[in-house]
Amino acid sequence: MSRGREGRLRNERRALAASGAVLVVFLAAPLVALIGTASYASLQAGLEVALVWPALRLSIFTTVTSLVLVVAFGTPLAWSLSRASGRFARAIETAVQLPIVIPPAVAGVAMLLAFGRRGLFAGWLSPLGVSLPFTTAAVVMAEVFVSAPFYVQAAASAFRRIDPNLILVARTFGATPMRVFARIGLPLAAPGLVAGAALSWARSLGEFGATLMFAGNLEGRTQTLPLAIYTALEVDLRAAQALSVLLVVVAFALLLFVRGVMRRWTERTESP
Amino acid sequence: MTSQGASGLVARIEAHVGELHIDLQLETGHGPLVLIGPNGAGKTSVLSLVLGALRVARGRIEVDGTALVDTSAGVDVPLEHRRLGYLPQDYALFPHLRVRENIEFALASTPAAPAPAAHAQRVAAMLRDLALEPYAERHPRSLSGGEKQRVALARALCVEPRALLLDEPLAALDVHARREVRTFLGNYLRALGLPTLIVTHDAADAQELATQIVVLEAGRVTQLGTWDELARDPASRFVAEFVASSR
Repeated sequence: MSRGREGRLRNERRALAASGAVLVVFLAAPLVALIGTASYASLQAGLEVALVWPALRLSIFTTVTSLVLVVAFGTPLAWSLSRASGRFARAIETAVQLPIVIPPAVAGVAMLLAFGRRGLFAGWLSPLGVSLPFTTAAVVMAEVFVSAPFYVQAAASAFRRIDPNLILVARTFGATPMRVFARIGLPLAAPGLVAGAALSWARSLGEFGATLMFAGNLEGRTQTLPLAIYTALEVDLRAAQALSVLLVVVAFALLLFVRGVMRRWTERTESP
Repeated sequence: MTSQGASGLVARIEAHVGELHIDLQLETGHGPLVLIGPNGAGKTSVLSLVLGALRVARGRIEVDGTALVDTSAGVDVPLEHRRLGYLPQDYALFPHLRVRENIEFALASTPAAPAPAAHAQRVAAMLRDLALEPYAERHPRSLSGGEKQRVALARALCVEPRALLLDEPLAALDVHARREVRTFLGNYLRALGLPTLIVTHDAADAQELATQIVVLEAGRVTQLGTWDELARDPASRFVAEFVASSR
């Protein structure tokens, strides 16, 4: 009797593990194919295709620019959201997270309707001689749009983990809001902010849909790495593969970095 | 509205905090006034109201004649300008700053931060006064509960607060440390002579620390007196059990 029961427990455990394994195999297979079928020679040849380096340069330039903008404007926003408790603040927070669930192609259409030649702000932009679509600025805007929510969300939750009494006590000394933010908020949330910035950077590095719709696919100007992969696929599979491997390596390094930062942070905050 | 001859921290407060209606008067004088009461009576809310973290609906709060809140005159000094020292239960030391830096942060935060030379002198004096010199360069996580409490005191007192507010000042300590720290704190606060309001749920704390005890039940004061007066003539079942729990 008890032997039968033990067997049943074991079988159920195995069934659960097996269902999980199906997903693991499915997730791993494309990555294994991507990296496993690439020979060093073909990678090298792929990286010599003309569109690779302009795309890499553009990707680095635009993602770093958008990251700076996201952190500069997103950090104060996340702080304010974490300090507020009203219905208005919750509504703002939900609105800021909307781009996470909006399909990138929809984001591209929306950005065209806002900042395009006949968009909502055309009346102000065109007299100034500013035309945003199909420029490098449009790439940065698309990246900010899709990646900012990841940073703001991570930053707000890092700020929320700060003991409210620390902030209250700082205020009793007379510390101004800016001082509390800079001397208490920023240093205590720093690891969470770094992790959020890395996630946000990864998202803008991979950005494709909104960029294609709003900024186009112009080599050297708006053709970032993901767009270059798309273009290369039609011409030379090796180049597409080489670029993909490059992106995977960067993304994997970011993931390891984020996990490392988060682990150190947990250890630090949990020690008494 | 100023109470004649009132001294220390004087509060006449009406406020709604969640479901609780608070309506009370208290006066610390210059010795510690200890606030006791059952859970949910509003003890910590009273501290928050005095501190300025919660809003007073009607009433007046003053320290030695200076009004911090006077709803009839539209006075509501912001928390940052009330100059009240606050020690929360876990002392809330800044974990990323050393002991010395914790004190320096407080001093440099005041609207009239002293000149650098005077600043360093004051920090040194506070470290000496609370026997913290050996710990000055350590981080809070490496300190014992009693040491943390002394850092919190030094940090609160260096900005020369008008009054001190302590929320369960001994609750974070283990049983062994508690008696020693309690004796130290009682002597220190009495010598300090600053208007002081202490919230506690512990009878031994109340007995040792209080000059006067205020009993708060459901947002109202149900008894006021010294420990001996409470022990002799408890006004409620809560007070009777509270006094008995120290024996």
